[in-house]
Amino acid sequence: MAKLRQCAIYGKGGIGKSTTTQNLVAALAESGKKVMIVGCDPKADSTRLILHSKAQTSVMQLAAEAGSVEDLELEDVMNIGFGGIKCVESGGPEPGVGCAGRGVITAINFLEEEGAYDEALDFVFYDVLGDVVCGGFAMPIRENKAQEIYIVCSGEMMAMYAANNIAKGIVKYANSGGVRLAGLICNSRNTDREDELIMALAARLGTTMIHFVPRHNAVQHAEIRRMTVIEYDPTHSQADEYRALANKIVNNTKFVIPTPIEMEQLEELLMEFGIMEVEDTSIIGKTAAELAAEAVAA
Amino acid sequence: MSALTREATETLIQEVLEIYPEKARKDRAKHLMVNDTELESSKKCITSNRKSLPGVMTMRGCAYAGSKGVVWGPIKDMISISHGPIGCGQYARGGRRNYYVGTTGVDTFCEMNFTSDFQEKDIVFGGDKKLAKLIDEIEMLFPLNKGISVQSECPVGLIGDDIEAVSKKAAAQLDKPVVPVRCEGFRGVSQSLGHHIANDSVRDWILSNRDGQPFEKTPYDVAILGDYNIGGDAWASRILLEEMGLRVVAQWSGDGTLAEMENTPFVKLNLLHCYRSMNYISRHMEEKYGIPWLEYNFFGPTKIAESLRKIASFFDDHIKEGAERVIEKYTPAMNEVIAKYKPRLQGKKVMLYVGGLRPRHVVGAYEDLGMEVVGTGYEFAHNDDYDRTIKDMGDATLIYDDATGHELDEFVKALKPDLIGSGIKEKYVFHKMGFPFRQMHSWDYSGPYHGYDGFAVFAKDMDLTLNNPCWKMLKAPWLKEEAAELKAA
Repeated sequence: MAKLRQCAIYGKGGIGKSTTTQNLVAALAESGKKVMIVGCDPKADSTRLILHSKAQTSVMQLAAEAGSVEDLELEDVMNIGFGGIKCVESGGPEPGVGCAGRGVITAINFLEEEGAYDEALDFVFYDVLGDVVCGGFAMPIRENKAQEIYIVCSGEMMAMYAANNIAKGIVKYANSGGVRLAGLICNSRNTDREDELIMALAARLGTTMIHFVPRHNAVQHAEIRRMTVIEYDPTHSQADEYRALANKIVNNTKFVIPTPIEMEQLEELLMEFGIMEVEDTSIIGKTAAELAAEAVAA
Repeated sequence: MSALTREATETLIQEVLEIYPEKARKDRAKHLMVNDTELESSKKCITSNRKSLPGVMTMRGCAYAGSKGVVWGPIKDMISISHGPIGCGQYARGGRRNYYVGTTGVDTFCEMNFTSDFQEKDIVFGGDKKLAKLIDEIEMLFPLNKGISVQSECPVGLIGDDIEAVSKKAAAQLDKPVVPVRCEGFRGVSQSLGHHIANDSVRDWILSNRDGQPFEKTPYDVAILGDYNIGGDAWASRILLEEMGLRVVAQWSGDGTLAEMENTPFVKLNLLHCYRSMNYISRHMEEKYGIPWLEYNFFGPTKIAESLRKIASFFDDHIKEGAERVIEKYTPAMNEVIAKYKPRLQGKKVMLYVGGLRPRHVVGAYEDLGMEVVGTGYEFAHNDDYDRTIKDMGDATLIYDDATGHELDEFVKALKPDLIGSGIKEKYVFHKMGFPFRQMHSWDYSGPYHGYDGFAVFAKDMDLTLNNPCWKMLKAPWLKEEAAELKAA
């Protein structure tokens, strides 16, 4: 019996974390691994492709109905989906009220106390809200929780910027606990030289691009049916991509304390790949009239 | 005259500071001073209203304590909701002994605890719906309440509950004031910011409610501000003002009502007792309604007479004569009190460490009894308080701001006062050190101490404490014998 591996998936909002996680987890389950997904996002959409549901009833939603989280049992909050995957959503408030971060803390504490992390599990995946905005969303990477972080990104500037920021967060917890960066997953947006760019970023961060997931409509076709590609069309080439990713994660041993880079370095990298133009510092703070006058003078 | 010379007091401060690490020493040095009555401003010699140092045992409270506990809580016909988890409301309940007349739970509510009792789910999903429900339930169960204030505890500020929206909606539904107060405990450095926030919320949600409405004025209308009626203080003050011919329209906030607060803008003069906690609203009324305000001091016959004359100077001869009449009427009784207790208390030294106004206001009362205040300080004062203190305290006396446990211990050991006046947190420490002690926040469950009636109680209490035979019995008999034997040998 191998030791339970706990992994957290971070990345910029809308980058495809939940889709990637669920396809990856489905591939792991297909290969016989016992896996649990813990959704750490108030939207509670981290398990819908596994459960074929709109949104799973979350821990916090059930706790609010029952009175408090102490009134809940593990079976109340855990659903079993495709391939025996155990699914839990922490849940949280609608946008603009309350404290979603506290919801994540409460839900994860509950799962620990109720023994959700049982010995039969091979993997736990935390699918976390885009930015680590407060302590609550850092909960999955604190001591004794996720030890491996995978950052989903693409060759777009903001996605890379977010990846670098997340790496900064990991450094903080890497020093106090045992959490390590385990790799970047490139979820392709079909930008130019995307794979090279992400590999270059990974190298700067001291890690690797663990897999390049090409863009394919099959993912969307499956998603409309609230399914993963693995389940919807197991023979599709895109399903093999997720299997490859799963396999690389199973065999991954490169866990590092990341070396996040400064903003200037990131910009240099982007310029090198032509994503960002070289900044013309001579025009900063000048009005149209001033620039026109300068042009005449020249 | 001080117990020590100026130089000796300065040396004492340096000695006490020695134990601190350099950074703390530098900071604390700014909060300790030797009084110089010649000074016009305290700015150069004492720093106040700054963040306390970690690890030093400060005696301060929080913004919620300042708003709910001090300013809003005593309004007897309003209900103050402690919005957040249960502890803040429950452990602060009834602690200040703000006396009031009324039937608790029917038309008055000060001693009760109303709270939204936050649970985990309220943090995660927000407490606004629960607050709305709580207000509905309050209205159903206690229909005679005249208004509601929502006192924010820390989590409300963290999760961003929109208490303003809930309050506005409820106020429209109930047709009575519902006041949101953003007094989260983590705001500011002490309870002082809570006073300010509470004053501002009174200004924004209460004070102008009756603007333009008819009110039968008299030329003698005044309001008492900043008397919280601890042990009945405000009552002992009010009768003097009424006896001299004034009409007390409002009393803030001890034994006060919403209607009184709303009527305050109609008065001729605001009489301000606790400057620290209500100067803000006094200044606002001066600016907006042109009402002058006057600080007064009703501790001890000397200060009372001084204050009554100062108050009377704002009015015609009728009131001026009234003031003289009141002073004359009570003087014999006061002379009797002094004749009885002064011989027992004469020459005794007192050290004080209290809040709002008392570190300077009670000095006169002690002096009336022949006692001397050799050290004083505030938990949460600002520099305008120290400006006033410089004049009330003797030259070369010791003044300490936000004093730490260590500093108080050491100052007491060095000055060896005959009596210490401070709070419950200090009381038993000094009892164990063998010093007579009076709680000067709660009057040690006695009172009133304001006014002429209060002075009689004050003098008796000080005598009872200071001359209690127990202080001579602190040494165990066998230790006494040993000491005697040693002496004999």
